[in-house]
Amino acid sequence: MPDLSSNFLGIKSPNPFWLASAPPTDKEYNVVRAFREGWGGVVWKTLGEDPHIVNVNGPRYGAIHGPDRRLLGLNNIELITDRPLEVNLREIKQVKRDWPDRAVVVSLMVPCEEENWVNILRRVEETEADGIELNFGCPHGMSERGMGSAVGQVPEYIEMVARWCKQHTRMPVIVKLTPNITDIRYPARAAQKGGADAVSLINTISSITGVDLDLFAPEPTIDGKGSHGGYCGPAVKPIALNMVAEIARDPETRNLPISGIGGITTWKDAAEFMALGAGNVQVCTAAMTYGFKIVREMVEGLERWMAEKGFEKLDDFVGRAVPNVTDWQYLNLNYVTKARIDQELCIKCGRCHIACEDTSHQAITHTVDGVRHFEVIDAECVGCNLCVNVCPVEDCITMERIAEYDPRTKKPIPAEYGNWTSHPNNPMARPDAGIEKIVPDAAE
Amino acid sequence: MNEHSSGLSGSIPVGQPDIRAGRLEAEAYAKNFSDLHPPLSPHEALVEADRCYFCYDAPCTQACPTSIDIPLFIRQIQAHNPKGAAETIFEQNILGGMCARVCPVETLCEEACVRNLAEDKPVKIGFLQRFATDAMMAAGEQPFERAAPSGRRVAVVGAGPAGLSCAHRLAMRGHDVTILEAREKPGGLNEYGIAAYKTPEGFARKEVDFLLKIGGIAIETGKALGRDVTLDSLKADYDAVFLGLGLAGVNALGAEGEDASGSADAVGWIAELRQTVDLSSLPVGRRVVVIGGGMTAVDAAVQSKLLGAEEVTIVYRRGPEAMKASGFEQELAQTKGVTIRHWAKPKRLIAEDGHVAGIELERTREEAGRLVGTGETFALAADMVFKAIGQTFVPAAIDGAAEALAIEAGRIRVDEERRTSLAGIWAGGDCIAGGEDLTVAAVEDGKVAAESIHRALMG
Ligand SMILES: Cc1cc2nc3c(=O)[nH]c(=O)nc-3n(C[C@H](O)[C@H](O)[C@H](O)COP(=O)(O)OP(=O)(O)OC[C@H]3O[C@@H](n4cnc5c(N)ncnc54)[C@H](O)[C@@H]3O)c2cc1C
Ligand code: SF4
Repeated sequence: MPDLSSNFLGIKSPNPFWLASAPPTDKEYNVVRAFREGWGGVVWKTLGEDPHIVNVNGPRYGAIHGPDRRLLGLNNIELITDRPLEVNLREIKQVKRDWPDRAVVVSLMVPCEEENWVNILRRVEETEADGIELNFGCPHGMSERGMGSAVGQVPEYIEMVARWCKQHTRMPVIVKLTPNITDIRYPARAAQKGGADAVSLINTISSITGVDLDLFAPEPTIDGKGSHGGYCGPAVKPIALNMVAEIARDPETRNLPISGIGGITTWKDAAEFMALGAGNVQVCTAAMTYGFKIVREMVEGLERWMAEKGFEKLDDFVGRAVPNVTDWQYLNLNYVTKARIDQELCIKCGRCHIACEDTSHQAITHTVDGVRHFEVIDAECVGCNLCVNVCPVEDCITMERIAEYDPRTKKPIPAEYGNWTSHPNNPMARPDAGIEKIVPDAAE
Repeated sequence: MNEHSSGLSGSIPVGQPDIRAGRLEAEAYAKNFSDLHPPLSPHEALVEADRCYFCYDAPCTQACPTSIDIPLFIRQIQAHNPKGAAETIFEQNILGGMCARVCPVETLCEEACVRNLAEDKPVKIGFLQRFATDAMMAAGEQPFERAAPSGRRVAVVGAGPAGLSCAHRLAMRGHDVTILEAREKPGGLNEYGIAAYKTPEGFARKEVDFLLKIGGIAIETGKALGRDVTLDSLKADYDAVFLGLGLAGVNALGAEGEDASGSADAVGWIAELRQTVDLSSLPVGRRVVVIGGGMTAVDAAVQSKLLGAEEVTIVYRRGPEAMKASGFEQELAQTKGVTIRHWAKPKRLIAEDGHVAGIELERTREEAGRLVGTGETFALAADMVFKAIGQTFVPAAIDGAAEALAIEAGRIRVDEERRTSLAGIWAGGDCIAGGEDLTVAAVEDGKVAAESIHRALMG
């Protein structure tokens, strides 16, 4: 039986699934319900200074739906906790006492003055919480007051606040990063320089989910007006995965622990984040969509997958995919694939054909000998994978690597690895880049 | 199963025939003859629409006789644009509302749906089509405008699906149309034939009103070709003529006792049923036997049952696969409590005092592809026997013209464009040879003929 217990920065939890700092972790009531369902830990909804903030009293959320109204993306304009600091601290203390085996981390956001941080850190320490997370990510409301992503977008501020926190508390410090920047490595490096123990990412992405076409106002609409919010949910996962990978493979931050966040909905999403270097994961939207019970699927699924793969503990696979994240220029141009359509599985919808015909390389038939039939024309197929992605049937179309000869280029395919860096079409090619014999045409 | 069903040839117990009205509680009629399938709610429609894969060169569209762009209209439903979806449907099939209710989709569009291959469950195209067309019809909108008047006049004979479809398309193209309809009401079999539970609440009439909103169409009811006007006079008075006459005749059984009271032609009885406002006043037998294997047989049997008949049996001379009623229709009959007996053909109707008391049947089988009687007979007791053994084209209306219309296999011969053998005369629907005897096929004929007429008139 694989061991799912997690030790992130010395913070122990029975599994790597934490609830992210968000509405699900705003109160003792919710957190206790989550722990009963089996969540490994929580990052308490962000605390601020009194007087506590207020939220809008109209709608806070907007959403993007897929087929069957499956929620794909959620946008919110909620702020940090809107309950008095004292109430939150009392509840945190109680929860930690009642649930000693679970991780309880407290998210914080106070103005950018050392004294403000010193004060709040002292009070949080009294709760005996396991650590703190600095909310430098929130893209709405708080940022307009010089907090949240307003700090997260300036690496110097991140470094400064992280340093204060490390100076004034014994608790582990996690810096939560905003994705609303161009290069995630800079804030990560700043957090590391400031002495932070870890980064967590991503926070929400600035967004407008829709426009009410009667009111001509952004959604969610409050009295005829709307404001950008923060976007999360399954739709943001690819963005988050990339940012996690960027930090995990950056030579400067490769040893910086990461807590992965962004659209995690199933055990598989979690495993992917962890394979890209996240030591644990945080979940919000999936819980807000389906309730806390989803953690049971996550725990069981991860456990089963680990057992099947022969992994005994989380560390056996954390970061395992990181070495395989590379730059485009190092991808093997001699890896030639062709699409293959499994005629047994094919339902003849023709989506592969029209996608390829209209928007790609005219490499899939629609009629063969007068019969509706979809088949790949190797002499045209560039192996792009579009047909695989648009096919509604799983595994009906797959990519097959071919060797020796490419009927499209009508050239032999070199058996050895060859990339762009030494390609003759590359004006900056370095023929001595350590790659032998590139046969250019096969790989054009 | 009928307790008198075996070896009772000629020995049916004598008694008064039990045919009467009001077999059911008053409320039961409304319930029994309400919508067979209630319409999809907006939520159901969205969930169902999401199942469509938006196929390329979609098999469903190819399977629809009117070539409705089904993936496009379903996508419009998905995009919260049901009226746009309706327009896509009406562009190809102005009777898309009726077709959504009566098409045997399991042998048309839905049979072709790729979801059958994927998971044996097609997208509910018919229901979605109804959802969209209902939305536009409820809004009282007519999606099309007439082209500038062409000054041409076209006579359409018969206000059934073929004639209505033809008239609408001609009106759209700017021509003035006069429809001559022998019956009191327009609609053809939509009004007089289709099962009541497929088109409740006067839908046939509403659809005609919807379609006429295009303008430029005058309907003259109670006016029959061959009785009130001649084909020659129509040819002389109009620039073109379309014949959508349907099938006025029914096949005779050619068996002894056929004329006994209690023996009736199913189409005629269904027409009576469709025109009966208070169904509790319509008499039906306690035991009903329906002879035939098509939709008419199923409709007569099911509606007898719904009127309160206790025992209803369809007898058909071949096996289930040979029945013209689709598997779905056969199943519907069975779920409504109708017994279907295959491999039996009528020998004679057993009459008592001039009234039907039963039917004697001979078992059949197939030998080298031919149907033969086995000589073994049995009898079923019956208070009513319905004949649903096919309708025929009655050429009387077109007889006596200076030049005769060519007939093929007993119906009017037409070419691809639905032109008859006579210049200036087109035909479509059930009355033409080689058709499918479906509402949707009649609509297509009318549309194709209208475009051909338009080309001929403007060319
Ligand atoms: C009981 C029954 C159930 C059916 N159920 C279905 C079903 O569920 N689904 C399906 O797709 N199809 C069904 N059909 C078949 C479908 O109704 C026909 O294919 C369709 O109505 C044919 O249309 P049409 O316009 O050719 O003829 P009709 O609908 O028969 O219309 C012909 C019209 O012409 C008029 N007419 C005839 N002669 C003259 C004349 N001399 N002068 C003036 N007017 C004249 C008639 O009064 C009639 O109004 C059913 C048929 C029957 C009988
Ligand atoms: S008209 Fe009939 S066959 Fe055509 S799409 Fe509609 S329901 Fe299907």
